Amino acid sequence: MNETIDPSLIDWSRAQFALTAMYHWLFVPLTLGLGLIMALMETAYYVTEDLFWKRTVKFWMKLFGINFAIGVATGIILEFEFGTNWSNYSWFVGDIFGAPLAIEGILAFFMESTFVAVMYFGWNKVSKKFHLASTWLTTIGATLSAWWILVANAWMQYPVGMEFNPDTVRNEMNDFLAVAFSPVAVNKFIHTVLSGWVLGAAFVAGISFWFLLKKRETEFAVASLKIAAWFGLIASVLCAIAGDGSAYNVGRVQPMKLAAMEALYEGHTRQGLIALGVVNPDKEAYNDSTPPVLLKLEIPNMLSWLVGRDIQTFVPGIKDIIDGGYPTTNGLALSAAEKMKKGRIAIDALAHYREAVTEGDKERAQLNRNLLKENYPYFGYGYLNKPEELIPNVPLNFYAFRIMVGLGGYFILFFALVLVACYKNKWLSGKFLQWVGILTIPLAYIAGEAGWIVSEAGRQPWAIQDVLPNSAAISRLDVSSVQTTFFVFVVLFAVLLLAEIRIMLREIKKGPEGESH
Amino acid sequence: MNTTLIFLQQYWWFIISLLGGLLVFLLFVQGGQSLLFSFGKNEQEQRMLLNLTGRKWEFTFTTLVTFGGAFFASFPLFYSTSFGGAYWVWMLILLSFILQAVSYEFQSHKGNVLGNKVYRCFLVFNGFAAPILLGTAIGTFFNGASFVVDKGAILSASMPVISYWTTPWHGLEAVANPWNVALGLAVFFLARILGTLYFLQSVSEPSIMERCRRSLLPSTLLFLLFFLAFVVHILFATGLAVDPTNGTIYPEAYKYLHNLMALPAVALTFVVGVLCVLTGIIRTLISSTYIRGIWWTGIGTVLTVLALFLIAGYNHTAYYPSVVDMQSSLTISNSSSSLFTLKVMAWVSLIIPFVLGYIIYAWRSIDTTRMNADELKNEGHY
Repeated sequence: MNETIDPSLIDWSRAQFALTAMYHWLFVPLTLGLGLIMALMETAYYVTEDLFWKRTVKFWMKLFGINFAIGVATGIILEFEFGTNWSNYSWFVGDIFGAPLAIEGILAFFMESTFVAVMYFGWNKVSKKFHLASTWLTTIGATLSAWWILVANAWMQYPVGMEFNPDTVRNEMNDFLAVAFSPVAVNKFIHTVLSGWVLGAAFVAGISFWFLLKKRETEFAVASLKIAAWFGLIASVLCAIAGDGSAYNVGRVQPMKLAAMEALYEGHTRQGLIALGVVNPDKEAYNDSTPPVLLKLEIPNMLSWLVGRDIQTFVPGIKDIIDGGYPTTNGLALSAAEKMKKGRIAIDALAHYREAVTEGDKERAQLNRNLLKENYPYFGYGYLNKPEELIPNVPLNFYAFRIMVGLGGYFILFFALVLVACYKNKWLSGKFLQWVGILTIPLAYIAGEAGWIVSEAGRQPWAIQDVLPNSAAISRLDVSSVQTTFFVFVVLFAVLLLAEIRIMLREIKKGPEGESH
Repeated sequence: MNTTLIFLQQYWWFIISLLGGLLVFLLFVQGGQSLLFSFGKNEQEQRMLLNLTGRKWEFTFTTLVTFGGAFFASFPLFYSTSFGGAYWVWMLILLSFILQAVSYEFQSHKGNVLGNKVYRCFLVFNGFAAPILLGTAIGTFFNGASFVVDKGAILSASMPVISYWTTPWHGLEAVANPWNVALGLAVFFLARILGTLYFLQSVSEPSIMERCRRSLLPSTLLFLLFFLAFVVHILFATGLAVDPTNGTIYPEAYKYLHNLMALPAVALTFVVGVLCVLTGIIRTLISSTYIRGIWWTGIGTVLTVLALFLIAGYNHTAYYPSVVDMQSSLTISNSSSSLFTLKVMAWVSLIIPFVLGYIIYAWRSIDTTRMNADELKNEGHY
């Protein structure tokens, strides 16, 4: 067994987790968005008793079911992978991180899985009211599930409500409410769920436009479009507002991620936000004089205002964060080298504390315990070898952020246009709008994936911000084992995605005419 | 040691054990899937069976996820050690459940790329693999596994991983121990018995009912063979005990037998559980009209598995023995979460009866009619 971690093991483990997470996110947002739209449609059926709505909801429910199954299947992989591929992480923060996962199972998964069965098998067995309740509870269960897993994810970005225990050598929760309702968690939940609603609306709108293009099921398509347009417009506006909140949080708790998103190396007050630009491929080092962004179109002062609500806010760049010395609310920022030094002091203090406890030397133990506590905020930095390891992939974050924000703006315009078109029926028959509507479906998926890239790739090299880098979070496995499972998942996911798309397209082509009342 | 912490550790081991019992009961879905081609001789019969297990598969799946999540939250060192070490066993279990989750929906649609038969074969695969692998993995709770835990490793920047496996097989070596395999096969045949009893209660198609009744006896005999072999083995086995005053772990002959004698309530649970399992089976075997055996055998399964988990962890026992470094073995006191987290989780667990309540209500509401050709036509989803 090797006594040092093979760097490629970290890369393959990250690749496997990224593959699984991004694949999972192809299905979850549709469950969240389409689930709510279905629930609204079934409510219309319950209130009006118009069989048109029953037929409509059954059509969307069929597509929901095809998507739901694969979302469930891929969700369990993520839960397992925390243990299989990130075992040190599971121990080091399992005391905090495990709780949201368990609560997700008890509160959300059972609700989802119980009532989805009633939703599909209960049309003629339970009352209309109970069936409607089941559809709502399935959606609420999915949303609650999102809450708890996003609480867990937000905690990785902004670890709060915990304290390191040197006796058990792990972090332990000391404030559940701080974990469950941290501002990062609340904002992440709102932003992410709303992005799912936008995708659900884009999905319904796109398919409805396809029926209009084919001149089929016009009444069904227009009714679905009206719901999708209202729902999508409200969701996309709220999503943009929540996105602003996310950027504010990132600026506050993950300045390096923000700097990577902006390809900002040297920060200023009155810092502008780059609307468009090209990351300069010639920039090799964080401290060279090569300009980081070419052909940039900047909104003046915007970034300062975004992260501090004041244009005089100093926004640190990558070089500032590495070199330190810029003003923060806690005084001048430490340099990366200083943080790494403090991290090593913390790790050494832990070693000395353990020795002292074993030897029964209480005084020395207390001394080192205090030293550890004082330096613990930098514990994770002690595992780093050089300051450059702190820099995430700048081009990836820069472009992913722009894709997400750009598409977010597009969705607002798109749904506003569709809403107007719904009340000016002539517009709906225009081929251009119909094709735009259809092509908006993949754009909604791209926006969601881009958002997750920013969230996760921007956090690197940390598994838990400032506390545990990926290199210390890993399982001790052979690289070949992880490579094997990675490629098994690649093949499996590809086949299942192809099957899912083909089944979905076939069911869409069949249309709602096949649905019985 | 803090008595509240000790109580909560015991409480959470009980919850984990109960979830384990419920999970094994719910493996009736896998047992039923493994019999898909044996009981369903034509398309209509197979669809009936698929619609019956298809109504319940998510309960099993969700219970597995919750079992894993609860284990993670309450005993994170087990999650870290076992999942990160026995990589291949957990990955195989995972793979079989991924295939199950997509197969119900995909097999019922045209254009599914692989063809309906392949997805049904995936369900059969999950029907065999999940109970055998889960049973074999639970077997290591008694027979041990090849891992080392060294929390001091966190101090090393080059290799900070605190627990690791000592064989390159990463969990597959568990099948080299015949007692692990015996439990795996016992769980598999029990799942088939439960699946058979579930079909008997839920189907009114005579041809399927006849096949169910015919297959019950052979499955029962094979289950008894492997189950009794495993139980006799552990009653005479040397287990690992922990000294509660200093945490030192040491071997103790007849440890599990001692646990049964020291914990009469657990022993009673075990006996009542086994009797219930047998009652459900025997009543079904001797009466050609009796169809409610699933409840007797199901409740018996929950009680029996609950008792097995309890004797693995209670009474100062190492529930996850290390066969390579005895002091690395996991006990409920050295692997649990902190007092604070266990308290928070204990509050959350109070909601479990409510969850069970709505599951039972919803379950009953869609099981009002037994499956036959008309029911399939009216209510068949798959």
